[in-house]
Amino acid sequence: MVLADPQTADPQTLTEEPQPTPVVEILSGAQITCRSLDAEGVKTVFGYPGGAVIPLYDAIPDAAFKHVLVRFEQWAALAAVGYARATGEVGVCIATSGPGATNLVTGLADALLDSVPIVAITGQVNQALIGRDGFQEVDITGITLPVTKHNYLVRRAEDIAPTLKEAFYLARSGRPGPVLVDIPKDVFLAKTRFDYPTRAGRKSYQPNLTPNLRQVRLAADAIDKAKKPLIMAGHGIVLSNAGELFKRFAERSDIPVIYTLLGLGAMDEEHPLSLGMMGMHGHRHVNRALEECDLLVNIGARFDDRATGKVAGFATNAKIVHVDIDPAEIGKNIRTDVPVVGDAGEALKLLVHEIEPGDHSGWMAWIQSERNVALERALDDVPETPEPYAIIKAIAEITDREAIVTTDVGQHQMWSAQYLGIKHGARWITSGGLGTMGFGLPSAIGAKMGRPDLEVWAVIGDGGFQMSSNELATAVQERLDINIAIINNGFLGMVRQWQDLFQNRNYSEVAISAPDFVKLAEAYGATGIRVTKSDEIVPAIQRARSIKGPVLIDFVIDAEANVYPIVPPGASNSEMMHHPQWVPPEEDL
Amino acid sequence: MRQTHTLVVLVEDQPGVLNRVVSLMRRRHFNIDSITVGHSEQPGLSRMTIIVSGEDAEVEQAGKQLYKLLEVVKVTDVPAADAITRELVIVKVAAKGATRAEVIQIAEIYSARILDATPTTLMIQATGSEDHIDSFLTMMRVFGIREMARSGKIAMSRGTVQTKQGRIDRIGDGSYAVAD
Repeated sequence: MVLADPQTADPQTLTEEPQPTPVVEILSGAQITCRSLDAEGVKTVFGYPGGAVIPLYDAIPDAAFKHVLVRFEQWAALAAVGYARATGEVGVCIATSGPGATNLVTGLADALLDSVPIVAITGQVNQALIGRDGFQEVDITGITLPVTKHNYLVRRAEDIAPTLKEAFYLARSGRPGPVLVDIPKDVFLAKTRFDYPTRAGRKSYQPNLTPNLRQVRLAADAIDKAKKPLIMAGHGIVLSNAGELFKRFAERSDIPVIYTLLGLGAMDEEHPLSLGMMGMHGHRHVNRALEECDLLVNIGARFDDRATGKVAGFATNAKIVHVDIDPAEIGKNIRTDVPVVGDAGEALKLLVHEIEPGDHSGWMAWIQSERNVALERALDDVPETPEPYAIIKAIAEITDREAIVTTDVGQHQMWSAQYLGIKHGARWITSGGLGTMGFGLPSAIGAKMGRPDLEVWAVIGDGGFQMSSNELATAVQERLDINIAIINNGFLGMVRQWQDLFQNRNYSEVAISAPDFVKLAEAYGATGIRVTKSDEIVPAIQRARSIKGPVLIDFVIDAEANVYPIVPPGASNSEMMHHPQWVPPEEDL
Repeated sequence: MRQTHTLVVLVEDQPGVLNRVVSLMRRRHFNIDSITVGHSEQPGLSRMTIIVSGEDAEVEQAGKQLYKLLEVVKVTDVPAADAITRELVIVKVAAKGATRAEVIQIAEIYSARILDATPTTLMIQATGSEDHIDSFLTMMRVFGIREMARSGKIAMSRGTVQTKQGRIDRIGDGSYAVAD
């Protein structure tokens, strides 16, 4: 590539004179970074400035994208995750070198485990200082090696545009994931020609999108022959935006659908074929169906241990069909009889045509007979103290299940997964693989920035909220209409539940105090509402929806409410525990 | 069945690629017995020979994970029957007076070459299979090995074509990746 000499080229003369040939723009690395993001169609980035990125921030005011100033870089990465999951676009976050960059690590790991496309841009110290322990120097490409799909250290300004082009392409293509681009300060400052590439790709990177037709036919054959089949719907369907195809596939085959935590919303949970979530906190009839099924068709899930329980006891009577875009997932955790490597949408397109119309009404009736009716009836009771299930159900009902709901991690997350009745996969934003506490609020901010047209609720525990409550300031600064439902039991509830059930009630370091959340919200300039009685739940939710800006509802619940069912850690899904009072033994066969 | 596998990995010659490969093997709990890196016949591609021991399924998983690294172009698990493997060793052996002729004689048995000589030592290079090298070293230990450097194994499969596809192949036939 022939380049204008950055020392002598004068950008003014180059841009002011109209020329017949395309204008060669000489820009700084920082300007190129911004122009590259604009060229990628990035609308919003989440970031936090610092020494090494001062040159970048110098160029940001001229960029077309909007920058959201977070209060902690970790939440910038998770806001980018929320943005990406709500929009299907690549989320972008920016941090400075050193501590700014290391603070992104948790968000990158979250995105890697949940296959979320994000691009992180970090500043680095001047190249002359790299390797010399310069101020705020860390080897962020080394540190993030195991938590990114790929990462780059850019050494020349002319490499910025091609690197970002490839980074965005990698992040969103194939199995999506996080990509980090580390740019030293002197590279931001150096000037060179800007020319954004139109294509990206490498010979060594070939995502397997279209599945092998022979494998698809083997899968179809297994589906046609099965008497008691189940479909296990994973995140891949949501990532592939293949909900409609999936519904057609399920309906044509007439196979009941169970969901992983991140697969929820792959099809409307109120669809007659939908059974709900599987695994550790899965519904009774779902885990019972897993025991009984003779065929399990996993589409776009990776057989996570929270979904499978003890591997040796998982779907022991079933033949396994596994559709996954990542060949490394085939056979990684669970033996597979028919692997189908490809994009979920592409696979479904073929599968829908290859299968015969099915009728599994008898099997479905058996599964429905296994419902934990006693538990479900008990949930309709209205005790004086707000029942967590009642809060979740009220949010779902009042928003007509159309709102984006983000969660944090723990009991409230599982209550939400069990009883929100999720309609749209892209509106269910929760940290699955990594289980990142503090996720709820920043991901809601990201989601709202990406989908301002949708109502956004963040369901968060009192523990997780205290990890990222500083992002209330961001939400207020951006005047975001976000409703926060804190499910407040004064405990780190899920750990307390495990200590209750499996550690002889040895409550070790789980009682957690909190500030007055209502006052805290008000101190930040948000609205706070407290709910301590069941009959206040609905009015509070309705009031929150009518108020502009962030609203926090502090739902004070029973301190020792547990999530049921629960599969004890290390046990098979068949060894579910139920609430001792809700489920009399004779009813729970 | 748990056995030793020879993985030949072609990688783009980029900074940090060795780190990526080794880091991945460590993270996924695959144990590397030996690893060598050098140029391949294609400019821009390096060739790694990684010796790992493990169950077939584990090694297959290692290969699939390696494919996920952007720089990895091809992974081949060379079947033992097809593999020619070679290793190189350089040893500095005590050799003075009467033993000197004996050391040289044994070196000749192993087709080893004398690289350097001092009044008290000989530096000897031997190449061959792992067994051959082990046997050579057993003999040299009798005289006293002062210093030793072993290269680790490189491997190639027999026949006229490039190293044959082993058990770990790409599943599917994804075309050349281009955006938009």
